Amino acid sequence: MLEINNVRKTFNARTVNERVALNDITLRLEDRDFVTVIGGNGAGKSTLLNAVAGVWPVESGSIVLDGTDITSLPEHKRAALLGRVFQDPMMGTAASMQIEENLALAARRGQKRTLRPGITREERARYRDMLAELGLGLEDRMTAKVGLLSGGQRQALTLLMATLKKPKLLLLDEHTAALDPRTAAKVLELSERIIQENKLMTLMVTHNMKDAIRYGNRLIMMNEGRVILDISGEEKKKLTIELLMNAFARASGETFVNDRMLLG
Amino acid sequence: MNPASLFNALPGAVAQGLIWGIMSIGVYITYKVLDLADLTVDGSMATGGAVCIMLMLNDWNVFLALLCAMAAGMLAGLITGLFHTKMGIPAILAGILTQLSLYSLNLAVMDFKANQGINVTKYQLLVSQRNVRTLDLSNPIFITLLVLALVIGVLYWFFGTETGCSLRATGANEAMARAQGINTKRAKILGLMISNGIVALSSAMLAHYQGFVDVNMGRGAIVIGLAAVIISEVIFGKLFRNFALKLLAVAVGAVLYFLVIQVVLWLGLNTNLLKLLSALIVAVFLGIPYWRANLAARHPRKGGKEHA
Repeated sequence: MLEINNVRKTFNARTVNERVALNDITLRLEDRDFVTVIGGNGAGKSTLLNAVAGVWPVESGSIVLDGTDITSLPEHKRAALLGRVFQDPMMGTAASMQIEENLALAARRGQKRTLRPGITREERARYRDMLAELGLGLEDRMTAKVGLLSGGQRQALTLLMATLKKPKLLLLDEHTAALDPRTAAKVLELSERIIQENKLMTLMVTHNMKDAIRYGNRLIMMNEGRVILDISGEEKKKLTIELLMNAFARASGETFVNDRMLLG
Repeated sequence: MNPASLFNALPGAVAQGLIWGIMSIGVYITYKVLDLADLTVDGSMATGGAVCIMLMLNDWNVFLALLCAMAAGMLAGLITGLFHTKMGIPAILAGILTQLSLYSLNLAVMDFKANQGINVTKYQLLVSQRNVRTLDLSNPIFITLLVLALVIGVLYWFFGTETGCSLRATGANEAMARAQGINTKRAKILGLMISNGIVALSSAMLAHYQGFVDVNMGRGAIVIGLAAVIISEVIFGKLFRNFALKLLAVAVGAVLYFLVIQVVLWLGLNTNLLKLLSALIVAVFLGIPYWRANLAARHPRKGGKEHA
């Protein structure tokens, strides 16, 4: 279970550019929840994920994951509980290292790194099988540098790395936004498959309303650092883009105009 | 410009190049593996020699003295690492601060004298200039090659371990490293310590080789190290993929650097202008990738298609 209690984060505090990115936000996720997060630019979606991941400290409130208060844990320690995929395909992998080395790094998330070998023969065999399942032909290129892969391949690899060691919570931060529509659809399907197979609690930020409606068992909409809409279960299954836009207008008192969200 | 005088100077250039090659491997670890420009080396390139020579003058065993020299270098790296990660000082500035404080510390180690000599007949030195043309096991080229092989072997093993991989990941993509649970601050500190430990070892060997330690012997060391790294990349970059071979290439790069210097001196360049020459060469080679990128951006290749 994830509990986000009254978390507040202000960027550029006490300057003219001051912006409250998370406005005492409260959110609770159950263990099997696959939550899609939508909202306009600057609504605080990515900030929410970064707050959970510990990219910087929050000003107030608490974040409790699986019974552990992680509010003041440094980023690398929280990583033991989290799997993350970023918007930028460059960000989730080490370009100058081999595919198998990247996987081996991920396999040791949350473990003490010792002077034992960084990768073993048994691991290689296991990774080969896992990569073969992706169906991208990466199993034959295990010693290739990740920098040679396409954006979609890198995101698929990052997804594998994020879930290689089963996380308590998977954070997907617009992880298909930088991909072309066909590749994005493939990576999304892969995401869902991995989430279902591993029964992962997931927070997925997306700019695409259709994806937000189609995937997951619950949808939240954010605006000005708060959750303004939270739809789950049967109600979510019946959602349409139109219903969502009307709901947004009611909840926020403004119309939801954002081409990227409509067309995406 | 007598060819014989150049020929006579070559063994010395090779020996010096190999010793500086060990130092350049230290620079490679920070500059290429960790992606940090660490200027501590200008200080630690004298610290190792100072510690080693002073201990030996106090009748310490040569190998114990060498180990202490390495430990002193690692300590210098630790200080730079703490400046950088715990005080938020940019890496370059952190290195400069340590380098400056090392100048005083090195003098203090050397009893506040600018240099300290050590007599090759009275003390058991690891390598000595005196034997550079002898053809037996005391030849400094042979011994330095052994040390070089040892250093490369240990580093090759280390960077294949879990800890070593975490250092490489930190240098390759810090955000990713943290997301995978790597303490990137600790990785940087460890890398700086290893690098400066190697530099100090090289410093101690250089002091042995020349028979004295000088408080200024590290000045410009970072530039020589970068020159070696760049030369190795230009010549062997496409050839060597293996990490051990890359390290070896750096040492070869340092040897080539010293051979070129030797030739330039033989051609009659004023010794005092050497540092100017080195700096300009390194500046040009550092600029080449930038120019190349600009050129490529202005004249994009036709038919290229971004892959999905």
